[in-house]
Amino acid sequence: MSFFVTFIILFVYWMVMAGKFDIFHASLGVISCLFVSYMSHDLLFKNIKSGGKIKEVVRFILYIPWLIYQIILANLHVVRLALSPNMYDLIDPHLMRFKIKIKKDISKVTFANSITLTPGTITADIIDDEFVVHALSQAVDDDLMTGEMERRVAHIFSED
Amino acid sequence: MDTFFITTGVILGLLTLVCLYRVVAGPTVLDRIIAVGAIGNKTTAILLLMGMIFGRVEMFVDISISYALLNFIATLGAAKYFRVRKSIVPGSKYLKEKGIS
Amino acid sequence: MSIMSIVSILFIAGGTFFFFGATVGLIRFPDFYARMHATGKGDTLGAFLVVIGIALYNLHNGLELGSILTSIKVIFIAIFIFLANPTATHAITKGGLDAGVVPWTKEKTK
Repeated sequence: MSFFVTFIILFVYWMVMAGKFDIFHASLGVISCLFVSYMSHDLLFKNIKSGGKIKEVVRFILYIPWLIYQIILANLHVVRLALSPNMYDLIDPHLMRFKIKIKKDISKVTFANSITLTPGTITADIIDDEFVVHALSQAVDDDLMTGEMERRVAHIFSED
Repeated sequence: MDTFFITTGVILGLLTLVCLYRVVAGPTVLDRIIAVGAIGNKTTAILLLMGMIFGRVEMFVDISISYALLNFIATLGAAKYFRVRKSIVPGSKYLKEKGIS
Repeated sequence: MSIMSIVSILFIAGGTFFFFGATVGLIRFPDFYARMHATGKGDTLGAFLVVIGIALYNLHNGLELGSILTSIKVIFIAIFIFLANPTATHAITKGGLDAGVVPWTKEKTK
């Protein structure tokens, strides 16, 4: 199952990248995609289960606009800090650690990347269920502590 | 429109020179790595702008993709390579082994 | 000057502005964790906006198969940057933490 899904994804990617739709390029694509998906089909999908995936994909797509809004806020925040003349009064970098409730690996990855992209926080380390986060100022620390993002991520992968 | 692309390219090139200051003067080696990563991001954009100026985007886009991939791999490799010394910061592997953190 | 050109000019100019902010942050911030904030966010959005602007402008003279494929490739670059940049940021931050770089804090300088 994972073999065929990997093969189809790779082959579509190959055709888009090649840009030529004749027999010669397609057969080259089939050969190399078969080889690569034979070598590495267990890397992309570790344990694929049918059902439930569609819902997660739809919820993830619905999550993206909110994430983009947060990213634009984050960038304006960082640019304003970087360009302000009295920067050293405004910033207060510190490390913080907190426990999370979500369990699955994929939701941890999504949560960590979202933290890195949103205002003034970078994920530094994940130890089991504990996140170590570097925050740029106290205000963004409080923002993250409200836990809205964690709730949204948990909702995507139906862990709430 | 070509004037706009050329202006943007020149601005990005000047920003690359500014980043080069951090590569030369960065106090730690990690500063140099992130400055090189920032230069790589700007170069990805500059390559696409060059493609627009020359009217050959379909060729420059492949160069740009491979540049972005190489930039990512180089950053990851360097970050793994320089993670050598034992740590003194909470949350690190060393302190976790000792059971302190 | 079609409407698509104007939109793509706005995108590219915005991307250049965020690149500029990220570079100023890279030069000015006190230690390397704070510099990660500048490059990890500013460069991601800057590159994303510039690349999307170019993908839009590429379609300005008619929708043909060749130009649509080129635009899809350009958007692949944007998605890749969007996925790869936070990962690289995270890897370098973890590397610094494991190597024992102490974060700069305000109390230390007082």
